[in-house]
Amino acid sequence: MKKLWRYLPALPALMLSGCTVDLLQPRGPIAEMNRDVMVAEFAIMMAIVVPTCIATLYFAWKYRASNTQAEYLPTWDHSTKIEYVIWGIPSLIIVALGAISWYSTHAYDPYRPIQTADNVKPLNVQVVSLDWKWLFIYPDLGIATINQLDVPTNTPLNFQITSDTVMTSFFIPRLGSMIYSMPGQQTQLHLLATESGDYLGEASQFSGRGFSDMKFRTLAMAPEEFSAWVEKVKNGSENLDDTTYPKYAAPQEAAPVQYFAHVQPDLFDGIVAKYNNGMMVEKTTGKVMHMQSASSAAPSDTGMKE
Amino acid sequence: MLGKLSLSAIPFDVPILVGTFLGVVVIGLAVLGAVTYFGKWGYLWREWLTTVDHKRLAVMYIILAIVMLFRGFADAIMMRTQLALAYAGNPGYLPPHHYDQVFSAHGTIMIFFMAMAFMTGLLNLVVPLQIGARDVAFPFLNSLSFYMTLVGALLINISLFIGEFAQCGWLVYPPLSEMQFSPGVGVDYYIWAVQISGVGTLLTGVNFFTTIVKMRAPGMGWMQMPVFTWTAFCTTVLIMASFPVLTVTLALLSLDRYLGMHFFTNDAGGNVMLYLSMIWTWGHPEVYILVIPAFGVFSEVTSTFSRKPLFGYNTMVYATCSIMVLSFVVWVHHFFTMGAGANVNTFFGIMTMVIAVPTGVKIFNWLFTMYKGRVEFTAPMYWTIGFMITFSIGGMTGVMMAMPAADWILHNSLFLIAHFHNVIIGGVYFGYIAGMGFWFPKAFGFKLNEAWGKRAFWCWFVGFYLAFVPLYVLGLEGMTRRMNHYDNPDWRPWLLIAEAGAIVIALGIVCQLTQLYVSIRDRNLPENLDLTGDPWGGRTLEWSISSPPPAYNFAVIPDIHGLDTFHTEKQLGRRAHNKPLAPIHMPKNTAAGAIIGAFSFILGFGAVWYIWWMAGLGLIGIAVTMIMRSANRDVDYYVPVSEIEHNEEVYSRRIAAAQAAE
Repeated sequence: MKKLWRYLPALPALMLSGCTVDLLQPRGPIAEMNRDVMVAEFAIMMAIVVPTCIATLYFAWKYRASNTQAEYLPTWDHSTKIEYVIWGIPSLIIVALGAISWYSTHAYDPYRPIQTADNVKPLNVQVVSLDWKWLFIYPDLGIATINQLDVPTNTPLNFQITSDTVMTSFFIPRLGSMIYSMPGQQTQLHLLATESGDYLGEASQFSGRGFSDMKFRTLAMAPEEFSAWVEKVKNGSENLDDTTYPKYAAPQEAAPVQYFAHVQPDLFDGIVAKYNNGMMVEKTTGKVMHMQSASSAAPSDTGMKE
Repeated sequence: MLGKLSLSAIPFDVPILVGTFLGVVVIGLAVLGAVTYFGKWGYLWREWLTTVDHKRLAVMYIILAIVMLFRGFADAIMMRTQLALAYAGNPGYLPPHHYDQVFSAHGTIMIFFMAMAFMTGLLNLVVPLQIGARDVAFPFLNSLSFYMTLVGALLINISLFIGEFAQCGWLVYPPLSEMQFSPGVGVDYYIWAVQISGVGTLLTGVNFFTTIVKMRAPGMGWMQMPVFTWTAFCTTVLIMASFPVLTVTLALLSLDRYLGMHFFTNDAGGNVMLYLSMIWTWGHPEVYILVIPAFGVFSEVTSTFSRKPLFGYNTMVYATCSIMVLSFVVWVHHFFTMGAGANVNTFFGIMTMVIAVPTGVKIFNWLFTMYKGRVEFTAPMYWTIGFMITFSIGGMTGVMMAMPAADWILHNSLFLIAHFHNVIIGGVYFGYIAGMGFWFPKAFGFKLNEAWGKRAFWCWFVGFYLAFVPLYVLGLEGMTRRMNHYDNPDWRPWLLIAEAGAIVIALGIVCQLTQLYVSIRDRNLPENLDLTGDPWGGRTLEWSISSPPPAYNFAVIPDIHGLDTFHTEKQLGRRAHNKPLAPIHMPKNTAAGAIIGAFSFILGFGAVWYIWWMAGLGLIGIAVTMIMRSANRDVDYYVPVSEIEHNEEVYSRRIAAAQAAE
């Protein structure tokens, strides 16, 4: 029994051995950066936190009242030298961390497009959070899915994100950074998957009763497989347009995966515009113009009552 | 006639709630019955409920905080139990409708009604005594503040049995909290409970700010103020600057909900980003409002029990003040994932990290206060050392999330939950409990039981790590907050450990209750009695008077010659004053606070349920009581010299008895 205790410190490692620690096992450059920054910070701060904790225990023990051997300075309350050190060391650490912060925040800004060495053409995905499911529109391919995100590996992924309900957050832990989805707003996120795999995707901002099941699978696959998958979806029969959209957008818990062979091209813009009095930003000119789309006419506030 | 209220609002169909309700009724009747049986209603009313004495208000605040701790902790252990069960298809025992209320109520209650009430209680008990004042600047407002806090707490707890509570988190983010998505009364309960108690908090801020600025004993300059008073001062500044923002934010949300306006709705120009920015403009200073007084407690406890002055007093003051200022320029770190530009994120990230510098300095100051001291391991000292270790770790994870690039993956995860419980339990709660143990003899004249205090500490300390280290790991495994069921097998073992941790913390609470019981039972044992008013060999003014102090605190206002004047005088052997006694001008007790509180409750309850005649009645009642109170000129009296002499004599005899016993 006594011997077992010796292995106690190894228990956490043992518990983790069979598990996926999503944030420590990245599958893309952004997630790698997130992890590296996090680990670097942890390491730098351990250099001060560990000695502090040890010193706390050591001083408390050494200068315990019963230890009359220890030196006792009942009026000592100031030392300029010590003060320099205790302001100086934390400041230096913060300068170092601040530099890392400045660099990583700018270099890996979620809004910054990713460029691969061989200039692979990015895949555009429009993400709409609904109650309580995710709609993924592939505008260049004319297809869409619900609760499943298929992406080719080693291809930059350009996400445009909005919400057709409350605010939530779009997060694929193993690919890295998350960004909020908000009604009437269009946020952006740029990710890349380096390895094929089946990764958890989730809503990370509480959004109501179906929140816990608001998950999706992220299937990263080789570009050829992805093309085959696109063909498969295109051969389906479901269409997503202004007439069918309300049915799919209606609140639903633990929604099943769905494929759409054809998507109305301006569906995403319409969803954003309907919370902006039908106005939208024209992409090429940056001008605000009226969105002529039936979906923008749908009243959004029907549940409102006094 | 009854607005939205009907019999269907009472959740007869939820067995947990019916059971809780019966429990509350039984305990409530027992308490009321006991008060009636012992004929204590008059005493309770005259001496406590209508009191304007800051020391008694302090006791009532802390009792409220402890009761709210039970409620908040019951919510906590319900959540942990739900997540220990709700795995792989098992829905657990709480439906989403209920679970979502539980986590919203847990946060709201713990912050607004446990921590805030506890903090205000400590301020009330200690600040006037430390600065040599006879009461606070506005004694009636102090009583009113208490009743506002109490009414908020009542409203939020009534939502358990009549209607429902909010189901959108403790900060009720819109658009989820708007009518469109939350048509029930839950969010309205939240709004009115927080708004009413917010009035109380704001008044407390103004009151104590004025008290500290205007009522310090002669000779006590800013840099002669005890450190706890300094931290109280910084907290009041933060309250005055930040609570109005909360009030306005929730008022705008109310306008959306009650009058169909569009500040934060999805459409018609509403903008949820505005709400987030506003609520955190209050929300971030709020956590410093809570933790800064805890820093003050640790400073007093460490220096008293190390038998040394605090190391680096000036540094401590500057560090506290810089934390106070910096806490207003970091709020964006609560939403680095909103899509702000890199420059904005970097600025707020670095400012957040900068706060770690003065905070780190404080830790080192306590460390060097112990250095070459004579450390006595009393229970408050246990909590302090436990804090220094726990808070260092919590601070580290906080700095980790201050880095936007790391926050982009840690935001909203259980890592975040673990971080803020790490600093709020390890910093705020440990601090308040240390403070309660430290100043308990001052309030009641006897000490708390040490052995049970230490047992409580060990349960809380071990329980904390058991409950929250798994949450750090779960955060790294990608688990987000506020889920009520899951299927990931990797998460299960950690959630079971966390459940065990919650149970150990429950044992800690049981130890604390036992500690109170045992201490009250053994209060007359010589080793527990505090006859001298200075049970710990304290350094600051509150220890220079009897325990409990007379209503007027100081028979003669002391003259201050520097930091820790009381300690210096003890060293020099000068304790007795020889100034002539004079009649003391004191405020009279008043029922106005309790009456305004009652009308505020009527207003809040009426407004929650759209019972407009009732809300109107409440509003009119508040106004009329206010006017009557303002017109009342009979609000003060003089304590005659004979009574002061008598009290002083009793105190001298007790000191003599204590000296004889030695």
